[in-house]
Amino acid sequence: MATADDLKFQEFDDAANLLAANPDATTISIDEPVEIPKNQHSRLQEPGREEDDELLGTDDSDKTELLAGQKKSAPFWTFEYYQTFFDVDTYQVLDRIKGSVFPVPGKNFVRLYIRSNPDLYGPFWICATLVFTIAVSGNLSNFFIHLGKPTYHYVPEFRKVSIAATTIYAYAWLVPLALWGFLMWRNSKVMNIVSYSFLEIVCVYGYSLFIYIPTAMLWIIPQRVVRWVLVVFSLCLSGSVLVMTFWPAVRDDNRRIAVATVATILLLHALLAVGCLAYFFDAPELDIPAPIIPAHNGTTVITKSH
Amino acid sequence: FPGLADVSISQDIPVEGEITVPVGSQSPDEDYSTLDEPVKDTIMRDLKAVGKKFVHVMYPRKSSALLRDWDLWGPLVLCVSLALMLQGGSADSKDDGGPQFAEVFVIIWFGAVVITLNSKLLGGTISFFQSLCVLGYCVLPLTVAMLVCRLVLLAGTGTVSFIIRLIVVGAMFGWSTLASTAFLADSQPPNRKALVVYPIFLFYFVISWMILTFTPQ
Repeated sequence: MATADDLKFQEFDDAANLLAANPDATTISIDEPVEIPKNQHSRLQEPGREEDDELLGTDDSDKTELLAGQKKSAPFWTFEYYQTFFDVDTYQVLDRIKGSVFPVPGKNFVRLYIRSNPDLYGPFWICATLVFTIAVSGNLSNFFIHLGKPTYHYVPEFRKVSIAATTIYAYAWLVPLALWGFLMWRNSKVMNIVSYSFLEIVCVYGYSLFIYIPTAMLWIIPQRVVRWVLVVFSLCLSGSVLVMTFWPAVRDDNRRIAVATVATILLLHALLAVGCLAYFFDAPELDIPAPIIPAHNGTTVITKSH
Repeated sequence: FPGLADVSISQDIPVEGEITVPVGSQSPDEDYSTLDEPVKDTIMRDLKAVGKKFVHVMYPRKSSALLRDWDLWGPLVLCVSLALMLQGGSADSKDDGGPQFAEVFVIIWFGAVVITLNSKLLGGTISFFQSLCVLGYCVLPLTVAMLVCRLVLLAGTGTVSFIIRLIVVGAMFGWSTLASTAFLADSQPPNRKALVVYPIFLFYFVISWMILTFTPQ
């Protein structure tokens, strides 16, 4: 039977002192369980980045597969689920942008940079920047082209912003959706080694649009040749990123379907660039009704009008 | 209790301490007493709070007053006045005009919501309305720039007036971005600060562009 003294409150020493007094006592330490997977993930990312610069990332794909399964376990109606798509640091976003602008031949953008951590930050904000860059550059370019003409009154052309936004966001989301559906359908018929999730395809498309931002800014230069050279150049760069990403996914398929798929991808990409150039940027030589000037050697010269 | 037979507690551990109740009984009385105050006092208190926040934006220091007691009156007033001042420009053409009232309103509020969601998704610790409050109050320099631009445009629309407007709008754009960054960047993990600051930069850039390209009819 306990005495009254036994029931008095007793001060306990600090854990270190207690352990020093009785080294064999069992101890329990309780850590925050949330911290552990994140730390493991980032620690595995770091050495993986250096080793896999030469490989296609197949070595740590097992680890990242496991951790990817661990990561996205929140149900889709919670806020944490969407936070998993923004789990990127500044340097990762900058690396992905660099990877989309300087394609390294033979390296796959998805395997090298995305590595089962697709983010929505890049695609969303690159598209937003592109919308405003195209609208602002188009406006500026038209202003400089028409500058000095007496009949020209500057308008901000604000309506074009909403048109640009609709086009670019539709391209960045609907085309990946269609491509993903198509690849899933082909996957059910032909066993492909490489398959991408919908978010990874959105990621690749989003980052591949980055090259158009400086291109749109350079389109202010009112020279037709310069503009078309820029179109071809940016198309080559971002198109090659797309081709190198999607060729491994379709090469096991029927030859003609594989080539047709890749050609369609490139065609849509080119269509976006050319369409933006044609709609937002007026042609440099404008439609002034030019008189027919008889040149001194007898041939007539007609000023070309668009 | 046989198990407790060998428990021994030293007899000379004093049991002492203090039990005090924190004195908080006075504040509920103060809260209740605001019901009886004259209406002028109530309105002036809110107006003073809004005014204090304006001063905090104009001289951004790392004070937490803006963050603690958020309110959306200031942003609403600023947004409406900016949208009203952007009216009356190039309304002749059917498509290619300046932004309409609704467009300015939607851009400011939708843009602020998207930036807030972005910073929360990236792991920020700021609350939704606090962030809206900061972004809305930091539109103040740009509203002042719009006012100055309209006054300059009354004087003329030549190159000199354009250069003056460019300098004023550029300076106010920098001020807005720095002020809001000073408040918002602290609540982010350090390796993602740039990811949060860039959308704020884009947001104020778009508003500055709308102000700069305003041409009166």
